Amino acid sequence: MGRYIVRRLIAALPVLFGLSILLFAYIRILPGDPCVAILGQHRTPAACAALREHLGLDLPLWQQYISYLLKTLSGDLGSSVVNSQPFLGEFLTRFPGTIELTIGALIFSIGVGIPLGRLAARKVGGWVDGLITGVSLFGVSIPVFVLGLALVVIFGVILGWLPTQGRIDARARFDATSGILLIDTLFAGRLDLFVDVVRHLILPSIALGSIPLAIIARITRASVIEVANEDYVRTARSKGLKEKTVDSRHIMRNAWLPVTTVVGLQVGGLLGGAVLTETVFVWNGVGRWVVDAIENHDYPIVQSTILVFALIFLVVNLIVDVGYALLNPKIRYQ
Amino acid sequence: MFRAALVDPQIARSSRGLWGDAARRLRRNKPALVGLFCIVLFALAAILAPIISPFDPYAMNGSSLDAPSLTHLFGTDLLGRDIFSRVLYGAQISLFVGVGAVVLALAIGGVLGAIAGGFGGRIDGVIMRATDVFLSIPSILLAIGIVTALGRGMVQLMFAIAVSYAPTFARLLRGSLLALREADYVVAARTIGASRMRVLVRHMLPNALTPLIVQATLVLATAIIDIAGLGFLGLGPADPRTPEWGTMLVDARRFMQTAPHIVVFIGGAIVISAIGFNLLGDGLRESLDPKLKR
Repeated sequence: MGRYIVRRLIAALPVLFGLSILLFAYIRILPGDPCVAILGQHRTPAACAALREHLGLDLPLWQQYISYLLKTLSGDLGSSVVNSQPFLGEFLTRFPGTIELTIGALIFSIGVGIPLGRLAARKVGGWVDGLITGVSLFGVSIPVFVLGLALVVIFGVILGWLPTQGRIDARARFDATSGILLIDTLFAGRLDLFVDVVRHLILPSIALGSIPLAIIARITRASVIEVANEDYVRTARSKGLKEKTVDSRHIMRNAWLPVTTVVGLQVGGLLGGAVLTETVFVWNGVGRWVVDAIENHDYPIVQSTILVFALIFLVVNLIVDVGYALLNPKIRYQ
Repeated sequence: MFRAALVDPQIARSSRGLWGDAARRLRRNKPALVGLFCIVLFALAAILAPIISPFDPYAMNGSSLDAPSLTHLFGTDLLGRDIFSRVLYGAQISLFVGVGAVVLALAIGGVLGAIAGGFGGRIDGVIMRATDVFLSIPSILLAIGIVTALGRGMVQLMFAIAVSYAPTFARLLRGSLLALREADYVVAARTIGASRMRVLVRHMLPNALTPLIVQATLVLATAIIDIAGLGFLGLGPADPRTPEWGTMLVDARRFMQTAPHIVVFIGGAIVISAIGFNLLGDGLRESLDPKLKR
């Protein structure tokens, strides 16, 4: 097992190398004088000099790259050109919001998608199957922000059931240590606020979770149908096992393997979708920060956010693959 | 033609070839036909926009935020522009940028995939690692990065979306080519001394294209959604007055409380076109792959 993990880590090295070159190039392909492109209206001779110094623009390209690489490896991810705040500090205060949203969307998409897929697989071609296929078609065809806006109109404006902006009631006062409000409110012993956080989380999670929901439901359906046709399932049935036992012990145990991989692959899409979802729901996370950064031409922020999101995607998929290998010995020995 | 005349006419008539066969099966596939209908609607709106639009999409034709009426089917926006006309012209932009992006992605991905899958070895490794790099970045973020680097504009938008989907096409084509490498007819062609290039182009590529066509149809749906997404983030066409669907939604959002119908009409246009390509893509997959026949 240890060797498998090491092998996977080594395989990730070329990707990290490529990523570093791509992001290094990003700041340098910005049109025109980098000083104008990056600093824009925040341009002062002093700021320009500092930027040239920071990017090492007077050095040969390969030296610039090495210095970018060393800086990044030492955890220096640059800083905002608008307020000169270091990237990492600001990122860490905003990231919990994105984590909370992503987890909400994952819970929604897994919690609804897997049961839907199983239901559809139980009677292929039946009306439930048709309905679920329709729902998942709609899920992949509606943009996150259109669904988000529709949810805001229906549940916020017309029905007035749920809050549509922000993560928590703006007047709430409590100790936010982790930044993940679901945890913080519980630790503060404020059940009322916890409920408020959950209520704020519902609509954005549905909007962001719709695409993964559709994909997870489809894969679950296909996977369950495939496994249900296996010989060992027929054997289990014919030896008189209860349908429930066949379902949980023989079908699902095998059917959910492909589902885990797909869930891992959704993380990239979720982080990307968070950019749009946070904009719709005025959600204080990394996504809205990036959008602000684009408007302010704060490119180092865009650059480092892409880097961190890509790293998260790679790490999550490494974890999923390792988990998969733990569950499925066939993979380990390939 | 000549060969067909030699065989029994009964058999000759029953053989339709891959596309004839697929078209026949597609005609029986109701969801795919619904998809095709949506696409035709979308394409007609795009192509006929200059003829059927009742108003100039850029000009003020009514008072601000009129409700839908017989003159203004979808109402008017803040600046009194006719939303129906703007939605029609928006279809033009989505179709143009979307199709352009997918064709470009197919070209880039196709060439890379063909080299990787056709030749293998070190070049295959390099191309595959490169696709890994691009696939590790969430596609909308990659597109954001490219548009910010190249500047706003339709061609930039097209390129940004093409780059985010090209790696998927490259991997798909490479996968099918690898699977074909040991196919009997490929081995046979190689055995009789056909050159590597000839085997790849004449024997392998034609047989590896169907998954690519299916994927391209499905990606068109996502491309339309992504174009609107970038527009919604303020990264659409350079001129903010352009009737691009995502850009229009930014304005619509501000009047969601008083005029929610605007979001519904624009959002509906996006959803209908995306559903069209998704349904047709699924239908093509089923009809081009006889193995999937139920």
